[in-house]
Parts: sequence; structure tokens; C-alpha cells
Amino acid sequence: MQQGMRHLSTLLDEQLERHGLKDRVKINVSGCLGMCHKGPIMVVNPGYTLYGGLEEPDVAQIVREHLIQGRPIARLVIEEDHLFNRFFRIFGDVNFFGKQMRIALRNCGIIDPENIDDYLALRGYEALAKALTDMTPQQVIDELKTSGLRGRGGAGFPTGLKWQITADQVSGEKYVICNADEGDPGAFMDRSAIEGDPHTVLEGMMIGGYAVGAAQGIVYIRAEYPLAIERLERAMAQARDHGLLGDHILGTDFCFELEIRLGAGAFVCGEETALIQSIEGARGMPRPRPPYPSVSGLFGKPTLINNVETWANIPVVIVDGGQWFSSIGTEKSQGTKVFALAGKVVNTGLIEVPMGTTLREIIYDIGGGIPHGKAFKAVQTGGPSGGCLPADYLDTPVDYESLAQAGSIMGSGGMIVIDEDSCMVDIAKFFLEFTQSESCGKCTPCREGTKRMFEILTRISDGRGQAGDIEKLERLGDMIKKSSLCGLGQSAPNPVLSTIKNFREEYEEHIRDHTCRAKVCPSLIAYAINDACVGCGACKRGCPVNVISGRTKQKHTIDQTQCVRCGLCLATCKYDAIDKV
Amino acid sequence: MKETVNITINGKAYEVQAGQTLMQAADVCGYHIPRLCYHPDLSIEGACRVCIVEVAGMKNYVASCAYPVTEGMVVTTNSTAIRRARRDIVELLVDNHPQDCHTCERDSNCELQRLAFAMGIRKRHFEGERKTFEQDLSSPSVVRDPEKCILCGRCVRMCEEIQGIHALGYANRGFNTVVMPAYNMPFGESVCSQCGQCINVCPTAAFTEHNDTQALFETLNDPALIKVVHIAPAVRAAIGESFGLEPGQNMEHQTAAALRRLGFDYVFDTQFAADLTIMEEGSEFLERLQGRGKLPMITSCCPGWINALETFHPDFMDHVSSCKSPMSMMSNVIKTHFAEKADIDPARLFVVSVMPCTAKKSEAVRPEHTLHGRRSTDLVITTRELAWMIKSAGIDFIHLEGEPFDKPLGLSSGAAPIFGVTGGVMEAAVRTAYELYTGETLIDIELEAIRGFKGIKEASLNIDGITVNVAVAHGLGNGARLLDILRKAPDRYHFVEIMACPGGCVGGGGQPYPTVNSIPLDEGCLQQRADALYGMDRGNTIRRSHDNPEVQRLYKECLGRPLGEKSHELLHTRYAQKSPQGIVSRKLTQ
Repeated sequence: MQQGMRHLSTLLDEQLERHGLKDRVKINVSGCLGMCHKGPIMVVNPGYTLYGGLEEPDVAQIVREHLIQGRPIARLVIEEDHLFNRFFRIFGDVNFFGKQMRIALRNCGIIDPENIDDYLALRGYEALAKALTDMTPQQVIDELKTSGLRGRGGAGFPTGLKWQITADQVSGEKYVICNADEGDPGAFMDRSAIEGDPHTVLEGMMIGGYAVGAAQGIVYIRAEYPLAIERLERAMAQARDHGLLGDHILGTDFCFELEIRLGAGAFVCGEETALIQSIEGARGMPRPRPPYPSVSGLFGKPTLINNVETWANIPVVIVDGGQWFSSIGTEKSQGTKVFALAGKVVNTGLIEVPMGTTLREIIYDIGGGIPHGKAFKAVQTGGPSGGCLPADYLDTPVDYESLAQAGSIMGSGGMIVIDEDSCMVDIAKFFLEFTQSESCGKCTPCREGTKRMFEILTRISDGRGQAGDIEKLERLGDMIKKSSLCGLGQSAPNPVLSTIKNFREEYEEHIRDHTCRAKVCPSLIAYAINDACVGCGACKRGCPVNVISGRTKQKHTIDQTQCVRCGLCLATCKYDAIDKV
Repeated sequence: MKETVNITINGKAYEVQAGQTLMQAADVCGYHIPRLCYHPDLSIEGACRVCIVEVAGMKNYVASCAYPVTEGMVVTTNSTAIRRARRDIVELLVDNHPQDCHTCERDSNCELQRLAFAMGIRKRHFEGERKTFEQDLSSPSVVRDPEKCILCGRCVRMCEEIQGIHALGYANRGFNTVVMPAYNMPFGESVCSQCGQCINVCPTAAFTEHNDTQALFETLNDPALIKVVHIAPAVRAAIGESFGLEPGQNMEHQTAAALRRLGFDYVFDTQFAADLTIMEEGSEFLERLQGRGKLPMITSCCPGWINALETFHPDFMDHVSSCKSPMSMMSNVIKTHFAEKADIDPARLFVVSVMPCTAKKSEAVRPEHTLHGRRSTDLVITTRELAWMIKSAGIDFIHLEGEPFDKPLGLSSGAAPIFGVTGGVMEAAVRTAYELYTGETLIDIELEAIRGFKGIKEASLNIDGITVNVAVAHGLGNGARLLDILRKAPDRYHFVEIMACPGGCVGGGGQPYPTVNSIPLDEGCLQQRADALYGMDRGNTIRRSHDNPEVQRLYKECLGRPLGEKSHELLHTRYAQKSPQGIVSRKLTQ
């Protein structure tokens, strides 16, 4: 609270007293926010609602409506110069947020996603209004081109160019699609973005519809996201009530309808042509490109399809300008990227960082490093078909080109940290098991090839690997990458190829020495009881196959010929008397 | 847009037509890129990846079937890397395929076998688990063997895009992917029309006809039975291909000779019944034209079409001619009139027909096609099955001295052989109907407008002052489109011919597999077969069905008159609606 604030502060104090809120609301008289021309200013947290130009009667209204009823007062809210700054101001002193920059997720956690007023209060639909009233469709596309924004679904195709191609098609009908079929195991970027800020996605799509000349949008979202679907539906209804969706939006000639389609859970339906097939009512199987959806997509019409995160960036590009957007990130990868940080890292969660942030910064500064003092082994980026990068690559900046050069991919933003307790053969097998079972079965390399790779990996981890198996994996992997029909097959071998490249000796140990250094592969390890055994009998009682023997208070033994290596004894023992060997 | 583009293939510069795919351009330039899932009549699938090539500047290989040529494109079709990748792709297919070539029906005529040979696969690198499925023997016509399926999807696209039946689709994912009817219901109970086009386009033995050759060999050795056979028009124009001859050789006399050597006592010609059909159908048309019955009248010779009619188009049931097919008419005449004349107990007669068709096997087991509780046609074999039997019996087909058909059911007019090609039934019917109606002879008897392979053909003719509009469709998809036209404009046509198979019976589901340098349903091949049939017409001194003296005699001695009481008993029937089951989902339209 700034100029004239002493008086207002007293007023506020009285109001809080009257409503019995004194012990629940803290008045923090802050220093200057650098917005003298807008004073007096009040920030209401949580929510970071920035009120300006306050007068006496406003205080009672703020207490009544905002603090008690939870409804911020749009009339009094100050618009900021740059949306992204907001996050810094609030959370800049918190380590987890210190290196982050939130554009796509700018409202998540701040606004009430079920209330359009919250979104409106934070300049929501301003971009749409600006585009519809101040900009031609071509100017919108030009702004996007200036921004350098690239597709956040993984491939990184320049968004402006995609819009331009779609806009250039002559067709009576066009479609806009939001790809929210987030299928990577453990990924929740799209889900959080929609659950936290559904209007941003809708606004982005409407701007897209305006720019390319489409009047129909479809959000294709997996049915496993009921809350996101519910919030999208609510947001659509609210937008419609506010004249922001439907006919003659904001009184202009622009009409736009939105529809939600639910995906049934096939991973491959995240691939754009398969997704389109699925909307058309067919089995979700990719088809060859070209023609790209921009030229011939849904029902054979030009179709603009972007993923959730890309759409969420659009309003910011329009409001703050492509020039500003392009100042963030690296020369070829502008803006920020959202990652789902998971695995063996202290702070797991959803993060958004400027492109060019290094893996080290993400894992150690934001993620807080590896827990339990374990050593970092690898980081896998890009979801189940990304590559595993070892410590040598920790200073790789995250941008499309650098990650590709390092042998991984940006993907849609999965990031899994792996520590020394993980076996790289096992990791590769884990991811490939997923991709090969999610192959749509259409093209030979992906359908048959990933299955064979999985079989070879299985026999290596079972200790039945043969000389030449690594070379077979490389041969198959290379062929599958280069020959498959769609992105699923073209990237499925990445975890295998990158672990062979970076951890080849682990593969060799499995095959040649029948050992798993991380002691993960069940066939290559044994459980043995050491001298710390006090003969309590707990492991014996817990053994599901009854192969532990020994007298009470005497050291027990495990019959290695019968042991199924389930590890229950290790988990049961309280005396550290069981070793994995 | 530029008409041509300059591309480089394997280091040589070419100017090729713009808008083509790389595969098409390479074909023109003399490079046959190996391929599997591609078929020129079907949509581009891009699934098998056998046709991959290298394009300079592209990170990945490119499926040449799906990729358009662009100016300055530099293509390599046979580099070491691409050869190896292509080889590995084919090996992956082979690795997940039964290793039973020497006991397989398509041994030596299998595209996968040829491809594996052409890739030079001499050693196996990636063997592992193999798919296991049971054969589906539920259909009397088509056997489905998913274990042999390599998922090229040609059958799925044929059934959906050309035939419009949607009986087949993909189920499951990844390695477990399989082509099946909806809900994996028995094929014989599904909406399948039994046309057998899935067999025609299948590169392996995942689809084959229900094979009756062993049963037939046993019957032929049964001395208690009198074995009678009759062969359909399109069979003679195609069977030579199974013995290495060019398509379009008329092998009717060699076939008759071979059938006698196989042990048949009487060898007749279904074409006789084609003429008989025209007498009945032509008369029925005139009845309807004079207000007794619904117009347009639609032909009923084709059992695949009848199956589709009952399942998908019951609203046209009353439009379909009540005439049985020539096959069933022929068998009934054999079991009645011929048996009586030859003084044979009909119970001792075993009547076999040789058809270019798989659906005829299902027609033969239908209750509508029985006579006094017994099947009219005891067994149907396809052209392919007959060719195999001839080879199996060691008969030197090529060098056989030709023999005529047996009398009296071996004689036919020139209007009969053209039943085997799309438009032929219509043409034959018009020749007779015109004359029956006007009493004058039709001079210009070759109806060019309804010849050829256009999907839907139409013509108008003047019959004694009445303009009669006729339409012809071949392929069940075109048939459905023609019916849709009729649903909107019910009076547009008076007479409609629909055949289930592309090209008519010459492209039937029971015709010989393509030879080494050909593809299934190659239009040139179908044209040659059709030309052979038209040649038979032109070479015949009798060109109108009603001029066939044996047909005339049959009416005099037995049937009385067309549509008479005896005719109705032996030669006509009715069909009933079937509820469609097991349709694989169709795509939504806007």
C-alpha cells in the first residue's frame, strides 16, 4: 500500500475488525512496487490480485466481495506491463520458482479456474479482443511468426508457419483442434494446464480460428481426465454467457463453436493424423504425411492442430507481442517449456523454464538434486520415446536442437531423473515395453520391430543375452527410426539406442558377465544372508516360496536354487542382514 | 502449377509428371521399387514400409507410395542402407509368419515369398514369438486365417473402399494387431457378402476360398454317382493364366477335355443357362415394363450382390428379378429335364459347377436353391480350384486336344459368354427383350455405352417408341452408389445390372491369382479376359439368347413358355432380408 495508504490501512483494519477477520487477514504494508502512477495499490494474496487507484469506499467492497466472498473486483485490477513478471514478484524468493518463468502456466495456481472473472481479471480474453478488433488474421499470424513459437507437442514445428499454411488454404470449412490426448506415462502438463487455466486454451483456439478462418474447434482430450473435461465444459459455458464463444464474438463478425471429443486411451491418438481419424470415428491409426492436416485434415478439410501448451502460449504472444516473446529462450527455441519433473529428484512437479535452461539447472537448482545422497546417473527427456542422457550432458541447454543433438528429444515435456540404483537395460526395457504395446500395429517396423527389440532386451536382462545382441538392437533401432510411419515408431527406439550409446558397458556386463551392476534385473541377482542375521525368522515367515531355512537365533540361509528373487526378505529384514549380490 | 518436375533417381536425371508419387514416377523411369501394401485401386496406406527409398536432405526414409515428387528431389532406391532396411522389414514380416510354405495353399504364388526371395533373405536375425490364431471356417465361401496375415490391410481397404461392405477391420494393438470382422464374430455370420475380393488382393493365404477339391476328388472316384459339371463363362477366359498363358485365351475346349479326364461323365456349359436366364429375365422385364411389377428391375445373377441386397438394401427386394442365377437354373435343368431325357435317377446325379466366384459356394448351400429337398448344385469349385485339380491330376492342360461340351446343354449363343463381364447381362437381355417386344431384330447389338470398366455406366434405348434407361454397376460399392441414385430418383432407370466384383465375373473372387509380373485385379488383365468373352460373342453365328435352338427345344419339350408354371418351379425364387451383423465402424462424414 502506497500513497494515501495510511488512511486506507486504518480503514481496512476497521473493516476487518467489523467482520471478525483480524486474526485471519494480515495487512502487510509493502514498499514501492514501482507503479507510483497507479497508486494507491493493494495486493491481495493468495491470488496476487493487484488493485490500483483505490478510494475509500473501495476498501469495504474489497473486504466484502474479495476477502469474504472470494470474488476479485475486476474494475479495480491493474493490468501489468508483462504478464510473466507477476510470477517473479510473488515467488521470486522461493528456490523452486527462482529459475522458472511461467507463460503457459501463468495463471495456474493463481486464479480460480472455475471462475471466468478470475481469468478476465488477469487480462483474460484481452488477446482475443485485441486480435478481433485491432488485428487482421494475417497480422495475428505475423505476430506469431515474430514470436518464434514452435509446437510444444514435441516436434517443434514453427507455429506461425503452420498457421500460415492453414490460413492459405482455400476452403469453405476449416477446423481448429486442440490436442489434449496426453498419453506419456507420468506426464501431466496438459492436464494441469487445462485444470488450472482452461480459458487460456479456449482463448488460444479462438484466436487460431480467427487467424486461419475456421469457425469450429475441437478439443480432443483423453477420457481419463474428468476434472479437466469438467472445467473445460464449465469454461466453455461461461465464455458463451459472456459473449466470448458462439456467434458474433465480442460483437464482431467472428463466430466460433467448440466441441469436446474424448479419447479412449490409445497412446497413438496423440499423433495428429491418428487423432483426426479417431475424431472421424475410425480406429486411431496414423496415415502418411503429406498431405499435412494444415492442407487436408479433419474430414479432408484444412485443420490447424496444436497441443495444449502451444495454445496456452498464444494469448501471451498476442498481448505482449511476438517481439517480447522472442526475447525469451534461445535463438532457435523461443519462449518457455513446461516439464513434468519426475523420478529420483528431490522436488518433483510441474515446472516451466525458459528455453536454454540447462539440465543441470533444472535437476539441481529447481529439482533440488538427487535424494538420499545417491549419484546422478541419467536423465530421460521427452516421454517414453526420449533418450537417456548421462552426466556428461548435464550442461546441455533444453531446446529442440540441443536435445536432438545430444540424442534425445524435447517431446511433450517428460523429464525423468535416474540415479545409480537404476539399471539402464531395465530402463530401456521399461520404456520399450510401453511403446511396443501401444504401437497401433499399422506399419511393419514399429509393430514387428519394437517387439523383437523388446524380446532381445528381455533376454539380455534375463541373462540370456548373446554376443551380437547389442548390434541387433542398434540395427533394428536405426531401421525403425528411419522407416516407421509416424512419430511413435520413429522415436520408440530412442531409449534403447541412447542407453546403448551412453551405457554400453552395462549391456555388455549383462550379456558377458551375467551381472547387473545396479542389482535390478531379477535373474542376475541373488539374495544372501550375512552375519548380521540374528535368526529372528521374519524373512523365513515372509518368504512366499518357503526357501529360507534356519533355527531360531541362528543365522538363516536361502536356497538359491529355489529362490524366485522377489526381494521380500530384504524388505522384511530389520537387521540389514540380507544383501543383494 | 508446373506440369513436370526434374528429379534424380539413382544418379540419373529424369523429367517426370508433377503430382505423381515417387513410386509412380520411379515406375515410369523403369525402377520397380518393391512394394506390398500398395494397390493402385485402393487408398494409400503407407503401412508395410517395403517401398522406402532415400531422399536427399530427409532424415528418415520415405515411403515412395505415399510421397509426392517435388522439383529437384534426389532419390536413391537401392543404396546399401536402404537395401538393408528393406530386407530387415521383410524379414520381420517373415519372422511373424507361419513357416509352412510347403504345405500352404499359396506356395509358389505368394507375394511374401516372392518378396523375401527378391530381398535376398538367406539368414534370419530376429526370430522370436509368432502369432497364433485359429482358422475361421464359418463361411461356406471364404476361409480366414489370421495366422498368415501380414497386416498389409489390402483386404480391409478392398472391403471398405471398393465393396463398401465394411466386414473387416483391425483389432488390438502392436504385435497383437489382427484383421477381423467386428467383435471377432464368425465370418460366415458377419455382413460379408462372400464376394472373395479379400482373397484376390491378399498377398498371402490369410484369405482363401473354402477349398472343396479333396472332397471333389473323392466324389469323382465314386462309381455309384453320375458326375455332371458345368462351367461359367469367365472361367474359360482366365484359367489359362494358372498354366502360364497370357490372360484372355479362351480355354473352353481344353477345360472340357480336362474335366472329362478328371472323371466327369457329362461336361456342360453354364452358358446354356445364361441364354435360359435371358429368356426368363427378358420376359420378366417386359412384364414389369407393361406395369406388372416394380421398376426398375435389377438383375439377380450375382450371389455376392444378392447377399449384399439382403443385408444392406432390403428396400430394393421387390426390384430384384425373381430369376435364379444361371448356375442354379442349369443345375435344376440337369436334375430334371436332362435326367429324364437320359433316363438317370436324379438321386444318382452329382452336379458340380466351376465358377469364377466364391459367393457361388454360399449360393449353392442356400435353401432357395434346392430341388425336392436336395441341393440343386452339389458342389461349387472356383477357377483356381479347378486349375489346381488339373495340375494335381497330372493333366497336361496346355497341350490337351480341345473337346466340345456335351449335348444338349452345351450349346449357347454369343449373348451368353458376355455374362462374365460387367454390362454383359444387360446387353444380352436387351438383345432379346427388344425383339420379344417389338417383333423386330435389333441391328446394333453391341451396346458400347455399357461396356468398359467405368464404375457406373448408363444407356438409353428406344424400344418401339418407349425410351428405356438402363444402368450397370460393378463392384458392390458402385452398386450401393447406383442404388443411392435410385433412392433419390426412383424413375431414372428401367433396368439395372449389378455385379459384386470389379469388372464383373472376370474379376471374380475365384479367379486365378496374379502371375509374377502382375498385380491382383490388374485392369489390363481384366480387359484381356473381357475381350476373350466379347470375342466369343462375335465369333458365334447365334448372338441372341432366344435364337439358341436348344433353349427353344427346352421350352418346347419341358418348360412351355417363359415365366410359365414349370419355369416358376425350376427357375425362379425370392429372397429375404437379413439383419446386418458385424459391420466394422464406418467413418463419420461431416
